[in-house]
Order: sequence, then C-alpha cells, then structure tokens
Amino acid sequence: MPTKEVGRYSVTYLQILDESGIVDKELEPVLTKDQLLFLYKTMVQARKLDAKMISMQRQGRLGTFAPVKGQEASQVASAMALDQDDWMFPAFREAAAYLARGTDMKGILLYNRGSEEGNRTPQGQNNFMVAIPVASQIPHAVGCAMAMTIKKEQAACLVYFGDGATSEGDFHESLNFAGVYKAPVVFLCQNNQWAISVPRQRQTASATLAQKAIAYGFAGIQVDGNDALAVYAATKNALDKAKQGGGPTLIECITYRMEMHTTADDPSKYRSDEEVKAWEAKDPIKRFKVYLQQKNLWDERQEAKLQQDVDAEIEKAVQDAEAVPKRRVDEMFNYTFAELSPRLQEERDTARRYQIL
Amino acid sequence: MAKLTMVQALNQALLQEMKRDNTVVVLGEDVGKDGGVFRVTEGLLNTFGEQRVMDTPLAESAIVGTAIGMAINGIKPVAEIQFSGFAYYAYPQLEAHASRIRNRSRGRFTCPLVVRAPYGGGIRALEHHSESKEAIYAHTPGLKVVIPSTPYDAKGLLISAIRDPDPVIFLEPKRVYRAIKEEVPDELYTIPIGKANIIKEGADCTVVSWGAAMKTTKEAVEEIEQEGKSIELIDLRTISPFDEEAIIESVKKTGRLVIVHEAHKMLGLGAEISAIVNEKCILSLEAPIIRVTGYDVVFPFFELENEYLPSAKRVKDGITEVLAY
Repeated sequence: MPTKEVGRYSVTYLQILDESGIVDKELEPVLTKDQLLFLYKTMVQARKLDAKMISMQRQGRLGTFAPVKGQEASQVASAMALDQDDWMFPAFREAAAYLARGTDMKGILLYNRGSEEGNRTPQGQNNFMVAIPVASQIPHAVGCAMAMTIKKEQAACLVYFGDGATSEGDFHESLNFAGVYKAPVVFLCQNNQWAISVPRQRQTASATLAQKAIAYGFAGIQVDGNDALAVYAATKNALDKAKQGGGPTLIECITYRMEMHTTADDPSKYRSDEEVKAWEAKDPIKRFKVYLQQKNLWDERQEAKLQQDVDAEIEKAVQDAEAVPKRRVDEMFNYTFAELSPRLQEERDTARRYQIL
Repeated sequence: MAKLTMVQALNQALLQEMKRDNTVVVLGEDVGKDGGVFRVTEGLLNTFGEQRVMDTPLAESAIVGTAIGMAINGIKPVAEIQFSGFAYYAYPQLEAHASRIRNRSRGRFTCPLVVRAPYGGGIRALEHHSESKEAIYAHTPGLKVVIPSTPYDAKGLLISAIRDPDPVIFLEPKRVYRAIKEEVPDELYTIPIGKANIIKEGADCTVVSWGAAMKTTKEAVEEIEQEGKSIELIDLRTISPFDEEAIIESVKKTGRLVIVHEAHKMLGLGAEISAIVNEKCILSLEAPIIRVTGYDVVFPFFELENEYLPSAKRVKDGITEVLAY
C-alpha cells in the first residue's frame, strides 16, 4: 500500500543570551534602559523575597509555599511583555510574575500568611489569583481570551503552568479550545524539570513539551527559560500575534526549580546535588547582570545599592504584613455569595459568638 | 400568553434574555446547528451567530472552565452540559473555581455563570442519563442549585439564574421537558432564587418535593385529599440555598412532613431538610418525618427505572403512614 506524507512539523529552540552572558546581537530584543533595569531589579527582588520567605516559613511565620528560585527569568520577562489591559493567570509558583505585574510584596506575604486578602487584586490590574489544582487555571485564560474576542478587545491572556500540568486533561482541553476558537492566549509552560519527585522524562514520552501545540493546530516554541531576553522576545511575539488575530502559542521555557517543590518537600529524596549544581551555572540572574555590565548599564556600586534597597523593601513589607491584624470571622462569610442567605447569616452569628480573639 | 412545554419555555427565556442583554452567550456540545439534543437552544444560532452560540469541542471541563474565564471578563455564559451524568468531568472546575472566585479574590472577581443540564430519570435513557445528583452541588458552598418543575417556573427561574451575580447550577428534569404544557407569559419575568413555591396550603401534612418528582407527588396528594385530608404542598424550586423558612412555617402548622425526591436517600437533600426541621421545630412534629426517595443503588437500566423512581403509590403510602401515626 503506497503511503504519502500528510504532515511535517518542527519545533524551534530560542536562546539569545547564553549561560555566560554573551548576547546574540541579531536576535537581541529592543528594550529601553528602564525596561532592562526593571527586569533585572524584579528578578533580584523575587530571588531575595523567596529566600526571606523560606526562612520565615521555617520560623513558623508563613505557611507552606512554592519557592520560585531559578525561574525568575521565565516569569519576569514574560510578565513584562504584557500590556496593562492584558490578563495574567498564574499557577502557584508565580511570585516573580506577580512582582513584575505590580503586586506588592505585602500582598504576597499576606497570602502566605493564610489570608485571602493577599489575593485581592487591585482594581485596574488584570492579574488572576493563585490557582492550586494543577492545570485547572488554563481554561480560564482561554475563556477570558474568548471573551476578549466577543467584546472586540485588543488584548490577550498569558497563562502559567509547569511541565507536570501538560499531563492533565485541562491542559489538553484548553489548548484544543484555544486552537478551535483562535483565542488570543499565550500558554507559558515553565518546564522546571520536576513535578515534585517525577522528572520531566517520566511525565511524557514527547521529545518536547512545545510540540504538543502542534496537535492542536498552532505553534509551539521552546526557549531557554533562564534567558530573560529569549523569554521576553518569544512572549512579546506571541502576544502581538494573538492580538492581531493570529491565535494562540505555546511557549516551553526550559528552566529549573532550584529549591524544593514547596517548603513541605525534601528534594534530596529524588534528585542529586550534582544536578542542582549544574543548573547553578545557568542561573538567569547572573548572566543578565553580565549582559547589563557589558552594555555599561550596571556596575558594582549600583549592585550594592540595589541589594541594600531590596533588603529594606522586604523588611518593610514583612513588617507591614505582620502588622495586619487577624481578620474577624465575618470575612469567612462575606464573599460566599453577593448576598448572605438566611442560613449563612445564622452561621455567621454563631461564628461571631465563638470568635477566637 | 401561549401554552408551552418546558423545552419551549427555556428556549424562549434564552432567546429573550439574549436579546435584552448582549453579554449573554450560550456554549456547549451541539447547542448551535443542532439546537441542543433536547432542542432547548433551537434557533439561537441563527438569531445570534457563532460568537454568541458556540458549538464547542466535546470536553465538559473546558466548557465550564472557559465559561468561568468568560464570566470573570464581563460575559454571562450559559453553558449546557448535554446530560448531568457527564457533568462530573466539569465538577473540579465548579468546586475548585466557579464556587470560590468571589471568595478567593475578596469580591474583586465574580463568576456569574449558569450551567444547565438535563437531569433525572424516567425517559428510558441509556446508563448515565438518569441520575439526580443535586446534592453534590448543594454540598459545595458558593454554588446555587435550581430545579424547575413546570414550564412557567423554568422560564422565570432561568432568567433569574442568568441575572444572578453568582454561579448557578440549573438542573432541568427531562421527564417534564415535553410532558406538560402550560400558559407561559410572553414577556420576560423572574422567579426569585431561594424561595419555595407553596403550591397549595393545607392543614394536616406538609409535602416537599421538586423537579420531576413534583408531578408524581401531586398525583399522590390529590388522591389523599379525595379521602378528606388537607395537604400543604411545597415545590422547593431552589435546592441551594433552599427556603428553610417556608418549610419550618409549614411544619409548625401541619405537624407532619414528607419529603419526596428522585435522588438517593443517603445524604440526599431530604436528609438536610429533615435535620433542619428537627433542629428548628421538633416540638411541632406529630409524627416522624418520612422520606420517599430513590433507593441507595446504582440507577438501574431503564427496564427497572420506574421501580427506582418514587411512584405515586409509594408517595401516597408515605403520606398515609405519616398521617396515621
């Protein structure tokens, strides 16, 4: 039986700034000095806030959380590509993306102190809340993007998830919907190599995660997720395409989770120190600093001042967050529905009588 | 005013509300060209076009998940799940997100969507097409659950559900879809969510039901009344948050209560109603509360479905037992 080829597909890999900080001049995206410094500063903020939060968690001052160390470029550079009217849909490890979108550190800390107040996105910002069930936030970004099409808005959605999420049904259903409706959405997969203890190669037999987009009728691209310039360029390009009616894109950022899955996890059970060390050489912040220095935009004096400023900013945010008094029990009831049902009013009254002061 | 079936009344509600409010959209499997497998969305595609009447790929979780994404961005989606037996695939989206978005964001984002699904038995359907699982949704804080029992109620309640600021699960008893016709006003009207309908007042016993079981219950009540008893019949209309006050006030008057539902007895809504009556007016009770319900078995293939569903005879015997106590 003769056969004929009915399709041929390829996936490209993009790196602009290599591990040592050498930039590919032809691919270098056009960013202003302010944008470049914002990118660097936000990555440093995220790295330092992360470290502070781990120590606070160990002291019992924060709940369990998912550290971001190692993924700063994937998050900050992609979030920076968003316009004000665009929407961002995080998973649960996106503190750096939140910082890039203007969420204050106090809000992040409040969330991790067990208060929904930390999720209260300021009016005018289209940042959705932390989504914990893996991949479950992906359809929201697609639906929000479909609404943009219906409302004829010139905007797009960006949704974050990890390598593990690509095994979930919601990932596949969402990409399928996005392809069918040509929704203006960018799927940003942070392939950080580990879904708790399960390595990337046990998650799927696919050679890349990016290629999964091809099955749904749109492009997938792999980028060096520790290269802020490549992440920015790929995301900006995908967002522009989406806003021009070009439909969705899947971006697979190759990165690494340098810390534990969450503060409740012990990665020494499943991965070696050598592996972690090898990734330290590919650190996203280190190479970006070299890049800034080579462009004569950064020196050690500025570095020392930034470190000092960020430390002070974190200290202030911690003080502010810890000064917020515990909320009254009413807060537990007030947002169940627009109006409290008679039963909820009764239960609230009971809770008030037993409020632990 | 015209005499309409429940399917026609629901169709009219969607048509009129979509004309009134251009943010209302319909999405689901076969809701466009086919007009829905029960024809509830018939004609909407021609009137409103593909952007507002979306034939979706076959994926319940994404139907509800994308509806959530639309709802948070100013669109009012009415998602159809073809049969409630397939809605479990979408339940994680309802439980983890739709029900929690207002709370999680402190009211910054809300999720005003409607998920419609035909539910319940009695139409000789295949497996997974006959269950009554309203209690699952009622057990999920942040979701409202509405079940109409007549064409008139269906139209008014669906319009209320679409206008509601929170997510509403709207279960349509398919046994009633074409079984009865009644006068339905031509214009838009609403029926409040959370309020029961006292179908008839009575003095000797309160009977509470909803959905398709209302019809059987009415037959039983009529027979009992012919024997000289006076029954207060309540159609709950909203399963969550349900109208406790209407039931309590009624039981205080009659001293007796029978609850009829198609769902399994174990943790069905009857259990909750019974518990609330015990908590709030046990001293008014002259007899134990009786629940006439589906059995705690897998819903049978249709050869035996009428053995599973509460029959008028079973309901009548339940009421008789309570009256005789």
